[in-house]
Amino acid sequence: MVVKEEVLKKTQAYYCLDCGKCTSVCPISRFNGGFSPRRILVGSLTGRYEETLKDEKLYTCLTCGLCGTRCPSDVKFGEFIKNARFEGQKLGNLIPCAHGGAIQSLMRIMTSPSLEQRRLGWVPRAAKVAEKGEVAYFVGCLPYFDAFFTDIEVDSLKIAKAAVKILNRAEVEPVLLKNERCCGHDLLWAGDLDNFKKLAEHNINAIKESGANTVITTCAECYRTFKIDYPIYIGPLPFKVLHITEFLIDSVSQGKLNFKKTRKKVTFQDPCRLGRHLGMYEQPRMVLSSVPELSMVEMERNQQSAICCGTSGWMNCDAISKRIQSHRLKSAQQTGADLLVTGCPKCYIHFKCAMKDPKMGKELEIEIKDLTSIIADALGR
Amino acid sequence: MGNKKKEEEFEPKIVVFACNWCSYAGADTAGVSKIQYPPNVRLIRVMCSGRVNPAFVIKAFERGADGVMVSGCHFGDCHYMFGNYQAKERFEILKRLIHILGLEKERLRLEWVSAAEGGRFAQVIREFVEDVKKVGRSPLAPITI
Repeated sequence: MVVKEEVLKKTQAYYCLDCGKCTSVCPISRFNGGFSPRRILVGSLTGRYEETLKDEKLYTCLTCGLCGTRCPSDVKFGEFIKNARFEGQKLGNLIPCAHGGAIQSLMRIMTSPSLEQRRLGWVPRAAKVAEKGEVAYFVGCLPYFDAFFTDIEVDSLKIAKAAVKILNRAEVEPVLLKNERCCGHDLLWAGDLDNFKKLAEHNINAIKESGANTVITTCAECYRTFKIDYPIYIGPLPFKVLHITEFLIDSVSQGKLNFKKTRKKVTFQDPCRLGRHLGMYEQPRMVLSSVPELSMVEMERNQQSAICCGTSGWMNCDAISKRIQSHRLKSAQQTGADLLVTGCPKCYIHFKCAMKDPKMGKELEIEIKDLTSIIADALGR
Repeated sequence: MGNKKKEEEFEPKIVVFACNWCSYAGADTAGVSKIQYPPNVRLIRVMCSGRVNPAFVIKAFERGADGVMVSGCHFGDCHYMFGNYQAKERFEILKRLIHILGLEKERLRLEWVSAAEGGRFAQVIREFVEDVKKVGRSPLAPITI
């Protein structure tokens, strides 16, 4: 049981004081009394580690990191869950998958080296893109989501088109990799380390071949995976990774981009991967506030204490997720904002889906847009 | 072994999801009437073609199927009224996903076969196996000799 000791040590689980702050703040525990991060952790510490690995609750955690903001001993609960899931995978756990596991299957298909994808059909004719160059734009799973979620009217490729528009306007001709894979985020958090590594290696090689020294992403999850997980599981990256907000801040300060007046009141949903995992709270807000006449209001729970969009890694979509989403959408409405801005395509998809609910969908309606698309729409001449 | 298969004799592995009320019965009719069709298909009975989640088909490809067919009742004949309409809707999503993944469109097929159409079932399978043979082995198929 060396692994167990290692996991508990690495994630500082031994420091747990059994105070229960994690459970009291957990968005899942709030609606589902049966789930308690404290019970999972203390249980694992007191001899029920093996049971934890086999427990379905291991996959209920959103790994949103909200518990970590309150923990007095700084236990890395999300990391603990991730490592426990690696071991769960080895034990042959059947992972609960939303959408029948279709999205996980797509990702596993992408590990195949002989795959020749046709993923660039969306690129507008007017867009200037390159095959080799200094800056690459990592599109991620957006083409797949666009096809998969047609029934809930999620036009996720709008985000990719917006990103290319912004980059072109800032006089950057982005490299679009025609055979990039999923970043592997969801497989990693489901515990499938082997396939994650395969995807990561494909991506790193593809980027190396393109000659890019900077990679820009519009997805909070891709960003976290490139920034934190690739260096841990693969090794140091030979290129720089930027989130589109960082790129925007630079371009705006250098005067490469200007915006037209956009009279809108917006509120921002902090994605857990961008916010709590990487501490990027200010950047998206700075970008939004650089648009003239765009006013920003905060939800009651924002930044560090923002609530997650309710599901993560296409693993746990159930009634609890719906309740978290409706709670979040209602608090967005209460701010009086006319537009909810999200920083992660998945928050966008999940909220959009919650608004399609036949019973309470009408109550939850609010206009929703991704950060990249709203900025692209606000671009001036 | 004398009868070792040559490499050029590619025998595709094909998964067929057939609905209980029409297509599966159609396959049965083909069998009862002793109509021959190639043995490349693995028939999976589902209660309705509308039950076929895109995940099933994607999973079949993930596991190395060279082709997948979804088969149900003709429009208006569905035992559950609208199941086949739903199947059609889902199939459109699948077509787009398969296109992006870079798989050939010949590997995926949607067919309506009624319980009486034994001959047609055999004909459809023959055509499909031919089509898949033409496009060759799936790039996702595990290499086994």
